[in-house]
Amino acid sequence: MNALLKRFLPKGRTAVIAVPFAWLFVFFMLPFLLVIKISFADLLIGIPPYTKLIEFKDGVVHLTANVGHYLFLLQDDLYVSSYLSSVKIAAITTLVCLLIGYPIAYYIARSNPSSRNVLMMAVMLPFWTSLLLRTYAMIGIVKNEGLLNNALIAIGIIQEPLQIYHTTWGVYLGMVYNYLPFLIMPLYAHLVKMDLTLLEAAYDLGAKPWKAFVKVTLPLSKNGIIAGCLLVFIPAVGEFVIPELLGGSDTLMIGHVMWDEFFNNMDWPMASAVTCAMVLLLLVPMAWFQYVQVQELEGKS
Amino acid sequence: MANPQQHSAKASQPAGADFIQIIDVVKKFGDSTAVDTVNLTIRKNELFALLGSSGCGKSTLLRILAGLETATSGKILIDGEDLAKLPPYHRPVNMMFQSYALFPHMSVEANVAFGLKQEGAPKNEIEDRVAAVLDLVQMKKYAKRKPHQLSGGQQQRVALARSLVKRPKLLLLDEPMSALDKKIRQQTQLELVNILEKVDVTCVMVTHDQEEAMTMANRLAVMSEGKIIQVGTPHEVYEYPNSRFSAEFIGSTNMFDGNVVEDEPDHIFVETPELENRMYISHGVTGPLGMPVAVSVRPERVNISHQAPDTKHNFARGVVCDFAYMGSYTLYHVKLASGKIVVANVSSLMLTKMDAAPAYGDEVYVSWSASSGVVLPK
Amino acid sequence: MIKTNKPLQWSVLSIGMLFLYIPIISLVFYSFNESKLVTTWSGFSVKWYGELLKDDELIQAAWISLKLGLFTAFASVVIGTWAGFVLARFGRFKGFTLFAGMINAPLVIPEVIQGISLVLLFVTMLDIWGWPERGMLTMWIGHVMLCVSYVAIIVQSRVKELNKSYEEAALDLGATPLKVFFVITLPLISQALISGWLLSFTLSVDDVVLSAFLNGPGSTTLPLVVFSRVRLGLNPEMNALATIFITVVTVGVVVANALMQRAERRRMKEMQMAFQS
Repeated sequence: MNALLKRFLPKGRTAVIAVPFAWLFVFFMLPFLLVIKISFADLLIGIPPYTKLIEFKDGVVHLTANVGHYLFLLQDDLYVSSYLSSVKIAAITTLVCLLIGYPIAYYIARSNPSSRNVLMMAVMLPFWTSLLLRTYAMIGIVKNEGLLNNALIAIGIIQEPLQIYHTTWGVYLGMVYNYLPFLIMPLYAHLVKMDLTLLEAAYDLGAKPWKAFVKVTLPLSKNGIIAGCLLVFIPAVGEFVIPELLGGSDTLMIGHVMWDEFFNNMDWPMASAVTCAMVLLLLVPMAWFQYVQVQELEGKS
Repeated sequence: MANPQQHSAKASQPAGADFIQIIDVVKKFGDSTAVDTVNLTIRKNELFALLGSSGCGKSTLLRILAGLETATSGKILIDGEDLAKLPPYHRPVNMMFQSYALFPHMSVEANVAFGLKQEGAPKNEIEDRVAAVLDLVQMKKYAKRKPHQLSGGQQQRVALARSLVKRPKLLLLDEPMSALDKKIRQQTQLELVNILEKVDVTCVMVTHDQEEAMTMANRLAVMSEGKIIQVGTPHEVYEYPNSRFSAEFIGSTNMFDGNVVEDEPDHIFVETPELENRMYISHGVTGPLGMPVAVSVRPERVNISHQAPDTKHNFARGVVCDFAYMGSYTLYHVKLASGKIVVANVSSLMLTKMDAAPAYGDEVYVSWSASSGVVLPK
Repeated sequence: MIKTNKPLQWSVLSIGMLFLYIPIISLVFYSFNESKLVTTWSGFSVKWYGELLKDDELIQAAWISLKLGLFTAFASVVIGTWAGFVLARFGRFKGFTLFAGMINAPLVIPEVIQGISLVLLFVTMLDIWGWPERGMLTMWIGHVMLCVSYVAIIVQSRVKELNKSYEEAALDLGATPLKVFFVITLPLISQALISGWLLSFTLSVDDVVLSAFLNGPGSTTLPLVVFSRVRLGLNPEMNALATIFITVVTVGVVVANALMQRAERRRMKEMQMAFQS
């Protein structure tokens, strides 16, 4: 089809590509470029609340680039700590999701086809319910008078309720809970496609189940693991709602910092600078994700 | 069931006019050349087969005819009209795909009517023509079914109907039998040829199965690595291959490498280290004395006997080292003193005329007539 | 045959399912709690559902979310299908990497980044042209931007799986490329389109962050109202709302799944019959 269009309808082909391209460019690329531009501007009281980058004054073009925000970013403790903290929380969340999610994905993939369908549906269902509501549900679990504490006290493991709500522990719980389906899904998709005859061959050659798993299944599911982890890690770094509802004053996450700058301080240039820095931070994992996606795409054809 | 007489009758009819011309067609994909300067002429109403193993370029050539690929250079003339600039939806060409490609979301009727609807034909006409062609392929009572409700053979017939209903100038068949079970292939081959003859259409088919090509085609072309090796009727290509490749690709053969040691207008002698005696071939060749050649002798031309034959040439002594009983014939593998193994295809009828059928380890003589050897360039 | 360790399989899956569902079930459970202190049980009651019906702010917001969701879903399916088809069938055209990047990025980029960048775009546009004001339109665009990526990926995946022969056969029979797309390709990927629609609708109705950045006066969505309330802590009305939501989603998912299963089974049976005939 592509070759045909190239040969017989080149103009048509360009038009077909151009329309979605234009939409994406205007509403994705352009905003980014703006963010970069504004991060170099200065805070102003007014509308818009920032100075212009390029001004035509008295017949001369002025370029006012203020790198002050970036310097501030690097110097002020808050930003650096928030970044590091966000990455740490996201990384740990990813790891825990992997440790819990892999066995689940694995055992669903190995179930018989009819059960598989029901099980995957059961895993997907929470995904379809709102993140907000699920995080809210977590509040009910982790509160001092919540389900978890009540249960633990009733069993007698603890006497006093554990302080989880409004602490970073609560955030971890909330993050893992919400992001788990995101890891299971791509991982399952890979595991279920795996050629079982490879495992059979391994058993036939004398490998014990655990060894076969480590040497055959694990490496073959590598792509699924990577896709799942990236799908959790990258958005987790900038997560806002979960730390906001479950975290405490000592929970530092960059999403919150950005929100603060924008809504509370009304310092848009600062918020832009934080955004740019965050994008830079995520550029490598994002490029990796893009690479994995394109591989998938090529692999299918 | 098809009458074999009918088919061979058509093959012996005078050939139709030149209808399709493929002129110097080249197709490159990046650095690799899939079709390498192919020239072919196809006659009206004939069934022409492109025969070759996978990767030889036959499917690419077919797709170029359909318009699904564009040639890097060259011309395609159908009935005098150059098609190169025409996209597939404007060409008077229709194709029956290897996987049939019946639209899953449409009924058999709708599938067949699809092409006519694109032409903008009036509704009554479409209905009539669809009914007629479904009748032709004997699928009329399945008109309302969906493709997944049909067996492989039934799907094939619908696919054929769909590609015929527009009365194309050229019909293309892409490995028509490959998706069918071996058992029903033969019957389907003859049925297909029958239908095509009724409809009076010019047809080019692509296959890797030489038996299929031999059975169905009026003429065929043997292809390898993007080039045409030989063109001719099945008889011509089989009996008079023009190269080692053709000889070995169609059927099987015994190949002897040697040199021409005597060259007369009406016969030549070939000396080969593989045989003790010289080979005598009852026609002349062009080329210098001493020229290296390959001589092809088909297994069915090789006689086997316990006594030495009464000739001075075209025979050898050996030991039966293997044989395969195939029912109506037996294939004997005879190992000669030189180590060469000659294959003889002996019909069961012949074996009954012998005193005793050759057994494993027997010393036997293999021989062939002067006209059996085909001389090929080395 | 590969044998799995059945007891291990059972325990892993049970624990996994419990982990995923206990919070949700507790949510539903406590919605029937008489007490205002959600997690301290004081008796069975449905009064919080009644409270919901009297909650004007919430109902108003629900309407807005519903409308927005519908508009978003339709727009996302159109643009996303278009983009997904281009990605799948047009090979590596000039700018492919950028195009694919723009599609893949919103899948993973934190929403705060998307929110800020879009706000800045709209504010700049407002500055230059006096339009658009932040409100339904800007939220709609933002939601569509989020959802287009998901639809594009789903469609791209499905189109790649689709046998090219169908499209080629249609071309061979005389249909122009445009006709082929609408008459052959679209019907054959219809399931992907429906999934994309449902996904877009859900994402739009659930969205918090992007909506917060892009909404204006009179366009407060349901999640925003809910968010501001649950920030303060537990709220039994929210449990009731959540239960309704969960019920609708569960029924939807189960029904959709059952329909798909039934269609698949019927198809298999028909193929079997054909094979034997």
